[in-house]
Amino acid sequence: MARAAIRRRLTWRIATVATITRESDTARRLALRIDDWDGHLPGQHVDVRLTAPDGYQTQRSYSIASAPETPTVDLVVQRVPGGEVSPYLVDELRVGDELELRGPIGGYFVWHPDTDSPLQLAAGGSGVAPFLAVLDHHAAIRSSVPVRLLYSARSLGDVIGRDRLDGHAGRGVSVTIALTREQPPGWRGLRGRMDAEAIREHTTPADALPRVLLCGPTSFVEAVADGLVAEGHPTTAIKIERFG
Amino acid sequence: MAFVSRGFLGRSGTHRGTGELPPGQYDVGDGFPVLSAGPTPRTATEDWDFTIDGEVAERARWTWQEFRSLPREDVVVDIHCVTKWSKFRTAWSGVSLDTLLAAVDTSAEYAVAVSDGGYTTNLPLEDLVDGRAWIVDRYEGEPLAAEHGGPARLLCPHLYFWKSAKWVRGLRLSSTDEPGFWETLGYHDYGDPWREQRYAGD
Ligand SMILES: Cc1cc2nc3c(=O)[nH]c(=O)nc-3n(C[C@H](O)[C@H](O)[C@H](O)COP(=O)(O)OP(=O)(O)OC[C@H]3O[C@@H](n4cnc5c(N)ncnc54)[C@H](O)[C@@H]3O)c2cc1C
Repeated sequence: MARAAIRRRLTWRIATVATITRESDTARRLALRIDDWDGHLPGQHVDVRLTAPDGYQTQRSYSIASAPETPTVDLVVQRVPGGEVSPYLVDELRVGDELELRGPIGGYFVWHPDTDSPLQLAAGGSGVAPFLAVLDHHAAIRSSVPVRLLYSARSLGDVIGRDRLDGHAGRGVSVTIALTREQPPGWRGLRGRMDAEAIREHTTPADALPRVLLCGPTSFVEAVADGLVAEGHPTTAIKIERFG
Repeated sequence: MAFVSRGFLGRSGTHRGTGELPPGQYDVGDGFPVLSAGPTPRTATEDWDFTIDGEVAERARWTWQEFRSLPREDVVVDIHCVTKWSKFRTAWSGVSLDTLLAAVDTSAEYAVAVSDGGYTTNLPLEDLVDGRAWIVDRYEGEPLAAEHGGPARLLCPHLYFWKSAKWVRGLRLSSTDEPGFWETLGYHDYGDPWREQRYAGD
């Protein structure tokens, strides 16, 4: 099904905003109702197209943040100051509004649950969005694949999906959060940017042969990818989605 | 164009309405986003070479030194990434593929660009000639940084930028069209930004 899904012609369709929930100080979850959605794989994204009254159009990509089992297709969008699309999606969009999109897109940056290899996820900022889908799917199918998530955000208020991540930690997923700019008093997680030591200590060792998915801004994924390669992970085991 | 996004006006910025922005794209201004599917390969120039092989009478190969001594061109072009950003007036320098392809005798119609890290992308050979494609090793007057494809990348700016393979090491010529990395994963075989050929079937 998955492989057929990316072959099918991708046509624009109208989604309706079913609910909007707060995921962090700067991010919202848009749960979308889409008729005849054929399903997706965790890791895939959609292209959203906005049209102004004068006909001007612009598009951006957003990862699907919900598991295939969820009745809605959810996006988690973080506001980028001065951005053209994300402030609209975060601040302007209301329940009942329509949004034009197409997808699911991407057959590469996906988690196929049909392998036993451990899974190492690493996300910077809104790069955690596709991993919320991966983790929810992992829970829904009661997968026994060991998963670790290393997640870097600016401050606690910027951490997306805290409740969900706590829930996944409670069922055995290892979740490590690094706060780069600001830490609350008594913070026991990591602080500062990812360095070689943090990567070594908080990721699955190379000899366990994990599949690695990295997602987020370029500076973050470059640092983590270089660190993992230095730790002996084969470059072919590392898949990257860069948010630019 | 029936659908309008309620409350959306869009950035009244540069290049909107000038006809220079392909459909669905936006102007990224001074930014230069980085897109690639895996870790950045780092090849030393001593270990670098560029090869044209496949359906050729005799394969051609240049070491870094040899490549650097070929006639060079400076080009200023607009680039369009399938992830929606466009960047205007980017300045590159390198060797025209007309110069490189003159070294081989071929009746092939297609090329696959092959890169360090295993990346490939396919292009019709006619899109690589007549001053429309280069192997570039400098960007804005500096050696091309590894994250942007250094030591050298393909530059074929009239197609979406995934066709401009980073870390390129050669071209494999063929009489048949063989899909590359993204083309196998559902992206468009040709990738013309002006016809918005992002995905297979567009
Ligand atoms: C495959 C993929 C999946 C993604 N998934 C997600 C996701 O799940 N969640 C998420 O939040 N994001 C995601 N992104 C990022 C998303 O697509 C957008 O890039 C992001 O929302 C910013 O878009 P924007 O329109 O708000 O900002 P843009 O308008 O694109 O601007 C970005 C920044 O550049 C500056 N800028 C832009 N243009 C100019 C200019 N002309 N001059 C000066 N400055 C300029 C802006 O001020 C801003 O700071 C994903 C990206 C990709 C490629």
